[in-house]
This record gives sequence, C-alpha cells and structure tokens, in this order.
Amino acid sequence: MTSSSKNISLAFFIVALVCIPFADLVVYQVEPWDELARMGQGLIQPSFPELSILADSLINTVAFALLAVSGAAVLGLGLALIFKSRIVRIFSASVRAVHELFWGLIFMQVYGLSATTGILAILIPFTGIFAKMFAEIIEQQSRVPNTTLAPQSDHVSRYIYTWLPQAWPQMVSYTRYRFECALRSSTILGFIGLPTLGFYLETAFKQGQYDEAAGLLFSFFILIATIRWWLHSKYIPSTLLVPLYLTLALFALPESPQVYGSSLVQFLSHDIWPKALLNGDIFAVFAWYQHQLLDVAIPALWDTLLLSQLAMVLTGLLVLLFYPWASKVFFPKRFSLMRGFGRSALLILRSVPEMIFAFVFLLIFGPSGIPAVLALALHNAGLISYLLMRHSEQLNYRTDSGRGLNHYVYDVTPRVYPHFLSLLLYRWEVIIRESAILGILGITTLGFYIDSAFEDIRYDRALFLIVISALLNIAVDSFSRKIRAL
Amino acid sequence: MIKKLAVFTAVLSLVACGISEAPATKVEKPTVDKSAVEKPTFVFTAIPDADESRLQQRFNKVAVYLSEKLNVDVKYIPVKSYAAAVTAFRNDQVQLAWFGGLSGVRARALVPGSEAIAQGFEDQSFKSYIIAHHATGLKANADLSEAFTGINTQDMTFTFGSKGSTSGRLMPEFYLREEFKAAPSETFARIGFSGDHSRTIAQVQSGAYQVGAVNFKVWEKELESGKIDTNKVSVIWTTPTYPDYQWTIRNDVDQRFGADFKQLVRTTLLEMNDADLLASFPRQSFIPASNDDYAPIENTARAIGLID
Repeated sequence: MTSSSKNISLAFFIVALVCIPFADLVVYQVEPWDELARMGQGLIQPSFPELSILADSLINTVAFALLAVSGAAVLGLGLALIFKSRIVRIFSASVRAVHELFWGLIFMQVYGLSATTGILAILIPFTGIFAKMFAEIIEQQSRVPNTTLAPQSDHVSRYIYTWLPQAWPQMVSYTRYRFECALRSSTILGFIGLPTLGFYLETAFKQGQYDEAAGLLFSFFILIATIRWWLHSKYIPSTLLVPLYLTLALFALPESPQVYGSSLVQFLSHDIWPKALLNGDIFAVFAWYQHQLLDVAIPALWDTLLLSQLAMVLTGLLVLLFYPWASKVFFPKRFSLMRGFGRSALLILRSVPEMIFAFVFLLIFGPSGIPAVLALALHNAGLISYLLMRHSEQLNYRTDSGRGLNHYVYDVTPRVYPHFLSLLLYRWEVIIRESAILGILGITTLGFYIDSAFEDIRYDRALFLIVISALLNIAVDSFSRKIRAL
Repeated sequence: MIKKLAVFTAVLSLVACGISEAPATKVEKPTVDKSAVEKPTFVFTAIPDADESRLQQRFNKVAVYLSEKLNVDVKYIPVKSYAAAVTAFRNDQVQLAWFGGLSGVRARALVPGSEAIAQGFEDQSFKSYIIAHHATGLKANADLSEAFTGINTQDMTFTFGSKGSTSGRLMPEFYLREEFKAAPSETFARIGFSGDHSRTIAQVQSGAYQVGAVNFKVWEKELESGKIDTNKVSVIWTTPTYPDYQWTIRNDVDQRFGADFKQLVRTTLLEMNDADLLASFPRQSFIPASNDDYAPIENTARAIGLID
C-alpha cells in the first residue's frame, strides 16, 4: 500500500469520525418483530404475479436497459474522445449528478409514462458515466503505440488506432457491468410509474404483500444472475447477439401516449422558472433564490454531505470485509460452495433497491441517519465488493505467497487497495445521488427536497435544487480527481 | 478488432437513431385502429387510496363499463403518484382522472376550465385519523390539545403518508399547525413521509414512528382484515370532515368526443352501481360534485403553503 493511499484512507476515516457527533444517529425503542415476521414469511413463501404481467415487466425492464446502455455507450465513447475539454467534463458531471428517478420525473413532464421517458432517464446519466469511465480507461493505457504514429496524424486517427484497441477489452467489460446497473435503474424507474418490474415491486412492498414482493425480487435476482447465459453466448458472437437483442427490444417497447410539442415548450419556457422571473420582478427573483439557497439548499447540502461521508466510509469497511468471501483467490475450486454463497450474497446486496433496505432498518432502528447509512453502505458495499473481487482474480500471485489471513492482509489487499480507493471515490458521488431516495426516513437531503418539489409541482424549485446537486457533484468529482492524482 | 468496432458502432448508432423515432411511430398506432378512426380514445387514470394491487385488471373493467356507456374507446393508464396523475391530466395524456382532494385542486388550477364532476359518497365527509404507538402513552381524545396535554412532542417522531396526499398530509398538517402554532417539523423531533397509508400504519404499529396521520378508510379496512393490533397502535384523534376524492374532467372533451360528452360522463359515473366496479375505488357510490365543493381544500393548501 502506498503512503498516499494510506493517508487518503486515514483522512476519510477521521472526517467520518468527526461527522459522527453531528449526524443524527438516534436509536428509537421499537417493536419491529410482527412486521419482520411477516416479511420473513413472505420470503419463505414467495408468490408470483400472473405470468403475462411478470413477462411483460421483465421484457420492459430489459428493453429499456439495453437500448439506453447502447445509446449511452456510443455517446460516451464520443465524449471520452474530447474529455480533456473542461466543458465536456462539467457536462458529464452535471448529467451524472441527477438521479435516474429525477431524470425520469423531468422527462415525464413532456413524454408522459412512455418508453422515451424510460430510455432517456437511463441514457442521459449513463452517458456522463461512460464518458468519464471510458476517458479514464483510455488514460491508463500505454502511450507507446501513440508515439509510433506520424506526427501529423489527427486526433481521431490516434484515438481509433492506438487508444481504442488497447482499451477495448476493458471498455467492453465495463459496458457489460453497466448493463447490469442499467437493469437496476430500469427496475427502479418502475417506482415512478414506468411499466418495469419496479412498478409491481413497489406496489407489493408498499401494500405489505411481502410474498409477492419477494417473488418479484427473486425474479430480479434470477434476471441478473443469468445475464452471462442470455447476453453472452459461446455459440453466437456478441456482434450478432447484441444487435439482435436491440432490434427485439425496439419492438418490445410499450405503446407510448400522445406527446404534444406544446408540453415541452411550456416546460422549458414557463414551468421551470420562478413566477417572479416570468413577471419580470427582479427583486422578487432575488428574494426567491435567496430563500431557496439559504433556507433549503444549504441546510440540505450539509445533511447530504454528512450522510454520504459516513455511508462512504462504512461502505469501505464492509467491502474489505466482504470481498474475499467471493474471490477465487481465497476460495479456489474445492471451496466453490463457499464462493458461490459469497457471490450470491453480493448479488443480493447490490440488487435489492436501497429503499427496501431503508424500510427494514427503519423498522429496526427507528427513523434517523442509521437506517440511511446502513442502507446506502450495504448496497454499495455489495457492488464494490463484487468489482474488487473480480479485480483480485485478475492479478497474478506468487506460488509461495502466504495462505488465508496472511495472504489477505499482506498480499492481496495491499495490491487491490489503489483500485479499491478509486472505486470508492467514484462511488462517493453515487452515494450522494442515492441519498435522494431516503425521504421515508425524514432525512432532509437535497434529494428529499427535489422529490418534494416534483410532488408539489414546483418545477422552478426542482430545477434550482438539481442545479445545486450538479454543482456539488462537479465539486466532488474534481476533488476526487485531485485525491486520486496524489 | 477495428472492423468489429466499426460494425458494432454502426449498428449501435442506427439503434440510437431508432430510439428517438420509435415512440413517434408507436404513437400513431391507435389512429390506424379501425374503431378509433372517428373518435380518439378516451383515457382516464385513477389512484385508489387503498389497495393498489392489480390496478390494470381492476380498472380495465371500469374502462369496459365506460366504453359501453360512452360509446367511445376507453383506456385506463395506471400511475404511481398524485403528481404523475396531475402531469398526465395537464398534458392531455388523460382526459378524466380520479384525483385526491389536493391533487384535484392542483390539476384544475393547471388546466383552466376543467371540472370536478362527481365524488365518492364517502368523500363528502372524509376524515383522517391521528394514530399513536402504545409506548407514547397517548390516549384517544375528542380534543386535539387534550390528547397531547402533558406530552413533550419535541421528542416525538411523526410520519405523514404521501407528500401530496390530502388525508395523509394536507388536512392533518393543517390541524397540527392550528394546534401547535408551528410547522410540524418544529413541533416534532422528526417528520417522515411514508409514501402510503398502509406503510404509515406499519411504521407506527412497529414504533418506528411514534405518531402518524392516516386516511380513515384505509385504517378501517386494515382493521377489518386483521392487520392492525390495537394494543400496539390506536386512533388518538379524528380530524373534522372535509371533501376528498373526485372525478375531474378536462374542459375540451365536448369538442373532441361530441356534444354533451361531459354530461354523459357524469351521468355514467353517477349511475355506476355494480359493486365490483365500485370496489376498485373503493366507494359505495358516486354523487355529483362541483369545483366549489373543494374550496376548503384549496384554502387549506394555500394556508399551509402547499400551493401559491
């Protein structure tokens, strides 16, 4: 482990400790057992909705995700080419900053509950993510091939002939991983009414029909766990399979409602601006923005940062605890049962929507920062552990390296640590974004107010707060770039 | 490798272009449909206050009933939130909606000329319950201030239902503000939004939140079905009555669906007497309503700053 990564880790840990007294981590006396027992019973005896409903929502979930990811990957590839430009970086950070649910709510104002809304809500933030990740992957490649080209070669040729071929395998593997994330996003979009799996999951969970909620969750786990069979085939090359699926996805899209251009015009020219601005009253505009900033945005910013700091550090600790259990490095063939168990556990942790974790922990601990931090940390730890586990399996180890705990402490962990830190720093902005969905806990993050603004049909306020979140994300992004450069 | 990349990129970009066009071609589909050539499809939405499961199947039956009586194609689209229902109504993606009190007021403000045409029988005098976990020691009382006498609310947690709900938020918040002369977030240690009446009951029953506000019909339904343990959670106060759910229709339906279409819709709703259909809402019958019936809701929403 390098001394800089040691210092960074220590700094984050200390900041988190300092945050603890300010964060609200009250534990309430609760009696959750009846409700938890009902949940447990649902898990043991899951029930499934009618096959037509289940199939329909699964197909929609996959279709939205496939189309959105392929569109975003292409756009991201283009943006990665010009990622040196500050404007492109700011643009990417801004579109990433907004949770898919909020993109969904924005597009719903114009396109209603349609396939366009579902696809755009995933495509747009994912474009920002792809741009950033592709640019970073390219940055990590060897510069040698580039020096062999004639000096007058243009930027695009250099990109296509030297950087892309080297980065390609990593980019493909990242795109596959993103597809899994898109399936999750697509599912979650059901929470606001799009016809994906989440639509029924949210209803069943909300109504306390835990048997059906469990059935839908299990279906989702199976969908994710079988990606490697249905998306990658030994017999059909993916250059054929992917276009085939994309074509099918286009036909599978649900019918869209009538869309009027006037809705878009109205939204852009009227809805998102404060009334005072439309009336041309400059003083009132100033007062309005001042009120939004001082009374809403800044306190919310503080809550958001506090919560995400704690969640991030806890995520890191959990990852170091979780990842070895699923890795071939520690559990080779003869322990494949243990490894299978570890992998399934990680799959479950990263696939269960945070909202469900938040509700379970809310029952156990009462409403405070605790369920929020636990829900965010468990979900993200499941994700990062999975990525780190895969990374650990790609390294070469000496045949005489230690065994068990020694191997973990002195060999593997120090070697995966830089990658671990960069994953965690990247996840920082995701945690900030996800803190939006914890309104049931009464924690007033930026996302809580954005959600309220949409619910109150106050798009002027929603837009203002979204801009604030974007600024926060740009700051966090540039800060974590600086840290990684240390 | 490059060739592969080029092919792949070409296909993907084709698909990407396809995305933007696909919905447009889909939209035109209904006009090809023979039955819809003369008249457009009449679309409605509804979010019932209880039991949102199998919405599509249940409301498809209502659509069939309306279609028979109105002599046009009728389609139901399910939505998840009041805000989504209002947006769909405003953008003319639905022409008729079963709104809550507050969402109806919001929708009618956004679509000038739209009208409340019918309400549920129960909606003339709707009410909310304030419920409390047994460990709080709060007891039922007809008077809100007496119910909270000697109790320090500053240590208590309180949950509303959905942020845009009339019975789960607007009316309870109004009475709490009147009683405590402060915003709920100042009265209580913490305010949550469970998002749903059933969740509110589950959360207060488990003590996760100590006090909550809930729609009286949902409470009574869950009590009947045995989901509530009254030793753990009980009603401590009942709000005065107010008007709630109603059918609201857009102003331009007569031009698009024929003269007197609005009146026909109203009559059709008022004449709905099939218990199976009514159970979807769930209401015993529908009675006439007008925009003026909802003035109290509008005033209350304005008083607590939920609308401008």
